Amino acid sequence: MYLNQFLLLAAFLFSVGVYGVLARKNGVLVLMSIELILNAVNINLVAFGAFHDTVAGQVFALFVIAVAAAEVGVGLAIVLLIYRNRHSIDLSEVDLMKG
Amino acid sequence: MLAYAWVIPAVMVVSFALILFFGKRLPRKGHEIGLAAIAIAFALSTVCAVEWVGRPANHTVEPVAAEPHGEATASESGGHGEEEAGHGAEEAGHGAEEAGHGAEEAGHGAEEAGHGAAAPAAEEGGEHGGEGEHEAEPIREPVVSEGTWYENGPVKINAGIHMDGLAVVMLFVVTLISLAVHVFSTSYMHDDRRYTHFFAALSLFTAGMLIMVTASNTLQLLFGWEMMGLCSFMLIGHWWEEKNNSDAALKAFFTTRTGDIGLLVGISILFFAAGNTFDIAETNRAALAGQISDTVLLAGAAALLCAVIGKSAQFPLHTWLPDAMAGPTPVSALIHAATMVVAGVYLVARLYGVFWSAFDIGGGGINPIALVGGITVIIAALLAFVQSDIKKVLAYSTVSQLGYMVMALGVGAWTAGIFHLFTHAFFKGLLFLGAGSVSHAVHSFDMKKDMGGMRTFMPTTYKTFMVGTLALAGVFPLAGFWSKDEILLGAGENGYELFLVVGLVGAFMTAAYMTRCVYLTFFGEYRGHGHPHESPPAITIPLIVLAVLSAGAGLLNAPGIELFTKWTENEAVLLAGVAHHEFSLMTALIGGLFAGGGIAASYLYYWRNLGPHRLTERSGAAMAGYRLLENKYYLDRLYTDGIVASIKGPIARAAYIVNQRVIDAVVNAVGIGTRRAGRFTYDVLDQKGVDGIVNGVGLTAEEGGSVLRVLQTGRVQQYAAFLFGGVVLLGGALVLFT
Repeated sequence: MYLNQFLLLAAFLFSVGVYGVLARKNGVLVLMSIELILNAVNINLVAFGAFHDTVAGQVFALFVIAVAAAEVGVGLAIVLLIYRNRHSIDLSEVDLMKG
Repeated sequence: MLAYAWVIPAVMVVSFALILFFGKRLPRKGHEIGLAAIAIAFALSTVCAVEWVGRPANHTVEPVAAEPHGEATASESGGHGEEEAGHGAEEAGHGAEEAGHGAEEAGHGAEEAGHGAAAPAAEEGGEHGGEGEHEAEPIREPVVSEGTWYENGPVKINAGIHMDGLAVVMLFVVTLISLAVHVFSTSYMHDDRRYTHFFAALSLFTAGMLIMVTASNTLQLLFGWEMMGLCSFMLIGHWWEEKNNSDAALKAFFTTRTGDIGLLVGISILFFAAGNTFDIAETNRAALAGQISDTVLLAGAAALLCAVIGKSAQFPLHTWLPDAMAGPTPVSALIHAATMVVAGVYLVARLYGVFWSAFDIGGGGINPIALVGGITVIIAALLAFVQSDIKKVLAYSTVSQLGYMVMALGVGAWTAGIFHLFTHAFFKGLLFLGAGSVSHAVHSFDMKKDMGGMRTFMPTTYKTFMVGTLALAGVFPLAGFWSKDEILLGAGENGYELFLVVGLVGAFMTAAYMTRCVYLTFFGEYRGHGHPHESPPAITIPLIVLAVLSAGAGLLNAPGIELFTKWTENEAVLLAGVAHHEFSLMTALIGGLFAGGGIAASYLYYWRNLGPHRLTERSGAAMAGYRLLENKYYLDRLYTDGIVASIKGPIARAAYIVNQRVIDAVVNAVGIGTRRAGRFTYDVLDQKGVDGIVNGVGLTAEEGGSVLRVLQTGRVQQYAAFLFGGVVLLGGALVLFT
């Protein structure tokens, strides 16, 4: 087992997530892409933790999972409210803050 | 109490402030504060007087050598010696006070100290000093309590009180007369529209006089003097709604001011001459010891004499005093009896050492003080004959009597002058209050039109007024007799025979015009309208008290008693070596004869209708004389038309030219300059500079905003793209540069 295998997997997942965040118009999918990014990070943390033989990586990963859960909760609530108001969750149409 | 005598003027100042601020809200409109304050002041002054009389007399002062202006060097060393002698004696005196029982011993010590140090002083005139030792009677040492007011290098100015016999006498007289006037005013001024302010001013006036008489230095004296000047202006112009009254107030103020310039100059000269000190005792000592050069001393004394002439209404600045009758009668009484006009006399008495050396009073020649006093005695007495206003008769009488006092001081009869001031305060206060009582009943001051026969309507006023008249005329044994006799005696014995004659003529005329005044007011037929009646007790009680004092006060210094001399004479007087004279029956008889002659002449003229009546209609010369008197020697004309008018025109024209050519030009130039500067500022600085900057800033912000707003699309994903782009850039930079 080499560390770089995990890192490559994590980099792939991260790239997929970034693509999803930037390219998809569906709000729910954007949120899911954010989860991908976070989990890519989790993989890195756990991998480095195992590699350095400490438990700190796993502790951080658990923290990130908890924070991600909260973030998804808030994010889904926002998406739900947007849908209620507009009957659409197309993020490209949400530009009320345009200067 | 003597050391705390500053409380007495302080009480009056506090009273003034209280009346001014709270008087109107009080049930009696403020007179209760004034009455209480003056009663306290009078009580404290009485305590002071009693304490002074009970003070042991253990301060011996040797007269300085007879010729104080000898050789410069000799006199200078003599001066120092004298000063030391004074100090030595003072110290010994203190010892006596503390020891109490051992007073006699310490008294000897004081004499010895005097001897020891006086010896060098008497180097030149040893025999004079020798004579002085036996003559010099111990006096009471003055009580001085002072604090430093101002100090800068060698110049140190003290503020404090200097209580000696003169100050104590003045305190007593001033507070007593002021008390009588206060009581009198509560009734006389009843229902006046400025009742409260009247009492406030009365308090301040009294305070001014009290500050002046207790002052230990000339600066403080000046302060009290000017306070009185201000208050006299306020009180004479009390009913200022009438033009005459406000004119009279202005005249009093400006005329005395003319003299006051002299006071300022004189005080300044003496300050430098006496070695950077305002202290009165030191100034006197320095002057008598000959430390000050003749010329400087003469200039200082002459300047001070101007102040005396202005304040004490001496010829030729006496014209304000009769006009000052425009004020309420109690004010006239206060001004004439105890304050204001006697301030000038007090100034001479206080700085007697200066006047004594400057005018060589001991020498027996004619000197300015005696001359001014003598002229005033005669001309004022003459004017009193042609007045029909009762207050004006009394006013000219005051001028004349002040002339007596000044003359007395001028001929070296110091005690006589002060004694006359003392007795005159009582009977002149009495006469003015009496005149006020009469006018209160008939609502007029005109003796010829509205009075006559008043004795049946107002018995108390009549009796007290008669006592005052007889005292003023100098009838034995009332107060005026004794004091006038002393002045005549002093003038005769000190070698001033001319002024003895002037005094006798003055006594004759005083008796005559007062008899005329009494005849016109109280005798004959009643010529007025309405029904006059006796005044209320608030008016008659002060009259009775003053009448008793007018009758009895003279006995204080009657031959054989002579307490007044012992109580009042101070260091300066003894240093000068003022001569004392035995009572002379001859002088007294002649003086009494002249006074009696005056009364008799008037009596024959008015009651018996003898003598040259209607002389003015028959003789041109008499008519011219009458005109001269009626127009007051044309002095007012001279002052207003001659002096004021001749100065007024050119000054006005010069002022107009200066105004048009200089001031207007400056003003216009400033105006034009300002306009140009303003135009430049507006066009260039404001419109181009400031506005340019402000607009530039605004424009920049606007342009920048419109460029940047394109970036703010409001789309979350675009922001995320920027974010990741940024991260990539930074990450690339990290990789590349490390």
